[in-house]
Amino acid sequence: MTLTLALVQILNGLQFGLILFLIAAGLTLVFGVMDFINLAHGVQYMVGAYFVAAFTAMTGSFLLGLALALPTALAFGLLLEVLIFRHLYDRSHLDQVLATFGVIIFLNQAVKFVWGAAPLNVPIPDALSGTIEITDGMLYPVYRLVIIAVGLAVGLALYFVVNKTRLGMLVRAGASNAAMVSALGVNIRFLFTIVFGVGAMLAGFAGAMVAPILSVEPGMGDNVLILAFVVIVIGGIGSIRGAFIAALLIGLVDTLGRFFAPTLLRVLLDPATASQTGRAIAPMLIYILMAAVLFFRPSGLFPSKQ
Amino acid sequence: MSVNNLIDLDTPVSPALSAPVRPGRVFVLPLVVFALFALVPLLALYGPQSFILALVTRIMILALAAMSLDLLIGYGAMISFGHAAFVGLGAYSVAILSSHGINDGFVQLAVALAVSFLFALFTGAISLRTKGVYFIMITLAFGQMLYFLGTSLAAYGGDDGLTLASRSTLFGSRILKNDIVLYYVVFGFLLGAYLLLRGIVASRFGRVLRGIRENPVRMEAIGFAPYRYQLTAYVIAGMIAGVSGCLLANQTEFVSPAFTTWQRSGDLIFVIVLGGLGSLHGAIIGAAVFSLLADILSHYTEHWALIFGPILILVVLYARGGIGGLLGSKP
Repeated sequence: MTLTLALVQILNGLQFGLILFLIAAGLTLVFGVMDFINLAHGVQYMVGAYFVAAFTAMTGSFLLGLALALPTALAFGLLLEVLIFRHLYDRSHLDQVLATFGVIIFLNQAVKFVWGAAPLNVPIPDALSGTIEITDGMLYPVYRLVIIAVGLAVGLALYFVVNKTRLGMLVRAGASNAAMVSALGVNIRFLFTIVFGVGAMLAGFAGAMVAPILSVEPGMGDNVLILAFVVIVIGGIGSIRGAFIAALLIGLVDTLGRFFAPTLLRVLLDPATASQTGRAIAPMLIYILMAAVLFFRPSGLFPSKQ
Repeated sequence: MSVNNLIDLDTPVSPALSAPVRPGRVFVLPLVVFALFALVPLLALYGPQSFILALVTRIMILALAAMSLDLLIGYGAMISFGHAAFVGLGAYSVAILSSHGINDGFVQLAVALAVSFLFALFTGAISLRTKGVYFIMITLAFGQMLYFLGTSLAAYGGDDGLTLASRSTLFGSRILKNDIVLYYVVFGFLLGAYLLLRGIVASRFGRVLRGIRENPVRMEAIGFAPYRYQLTAYVIAGMIAGVSGCLLANQTEFVSPAFTTWQRSGDLIFVIVLGGLGSLHGAIIGAAVFSLLADILSHYTEHWALIFGPILILVVLYARGGIGGLLGSKP
């Protein structure tokens, strides 16, 4: 069993990690550039999933639904920025945490109001359903491979934009020292609006991509948000590279931990205790990892600020 | 970039620091608040008694937890986003002991205090090595760890939680079954914690803590080690929140991991900001307004969060200083 199953778990972990990266990328840049803690980033992910569910039901095609959901998610993110977030940049972290917490409370209830409390299902598009045989006897769902491929492609594109373009240079500089970039004559507010919009769209995109394999429901962004924060804190705030590495790390540790913790503990404990302890420890592993990383490196693995 | 500042220094935080307040006035509002709480059981006789008693008991328990968090955020500028974890520890101490037949309230309280002490000492020692947003996130992470521990405790109900066999006993008697007795026990704890925290805040220790809030570098330069003071405050706050968990388990006769989610920690922060940061009776008033608002709104519509969320945003944007500020306990 072990090798094949381990490969499946690694792929699952990779897929989870890449989704986390799509969410964390926007979060880390928004925090890095504007020093703004946006707890409402997780609801962008949820809203993306709801948009794709609604548009897919409307048009009958997942791809068409996705094509409509992305600009809508972008517009929705910018709307939130204009209405609420814009007024919070100069406020304390505590104010930011609280106000965006209010946005979460509101939007979780709003999607319940509009779409009902029951989870929605988005069908996997026909062309991407089914499984593929990777190695002998090992079947893996095509759609999950698509998520991995798309996640990697977006990650690469983001890497290219951030590291090789003028816009990316400004964003990186903004994340390191916003005041200096501003003093050099760059409109930091406008730069931020771009970063924020793209970040919101990426989170919405992540939500849209996982909509066919998860159920779309109110509050689905909340736990993902916490994981995304774990990612950016481990990676170092403002660092895309840190977010990428930390996201994959978290994805793999979480997935593999749930799978292997009971097995590994069997070396030390009797089987019943091992499986029980393993199940208890597995969900805590990433938080233990985070505490350990912060203990040794209080600013994360790749701090972008000096 | 104010990563190193936990709170903007221009945020009005403490009446004691921000303005000379006439000595008499400081006591009026808390006196009114506690007198009202003391009289509620009498007033409840003229209304739906058990409903009113349960609601106000819950308010006082929430106030107890919120006051302890205010010591951290309002006076110490330590924005803990995992404070609900301590409420959960207290509640589970009661529930787990009770499920093993240990119903003595003093034993349960002692265990809750010990567990909260250890957890606060351990997590605080690690968390306080970090600053700013990292501190917010690491406290949140410890809260989540406890939440997941709760969901995995299959023997104690896991996700579904655990119903108490009975409320705690005092000296072997089941006197807490009486809602009025429970009410006054909670009232006693709230008053005790208020006086204790008030003493702490006014003491030399409290002044050092506020000094660290304003300027940790300067405090260190004049010879105080911020870490030790902050850790002590963190442990005190955690233990008081643990007590509130004990009381909560007794009031609801039920515990569940949902007590410890980060959303509950967010509620606690909301309560103290609503009441006015750095004001102990503000935290109590905030708890009352928060609970009453939630209760009243939920009577009108099941979608009460649609109104509650925007209120929260508006309070943050426009009511700096919270209700305490509006009531004039601050300039």
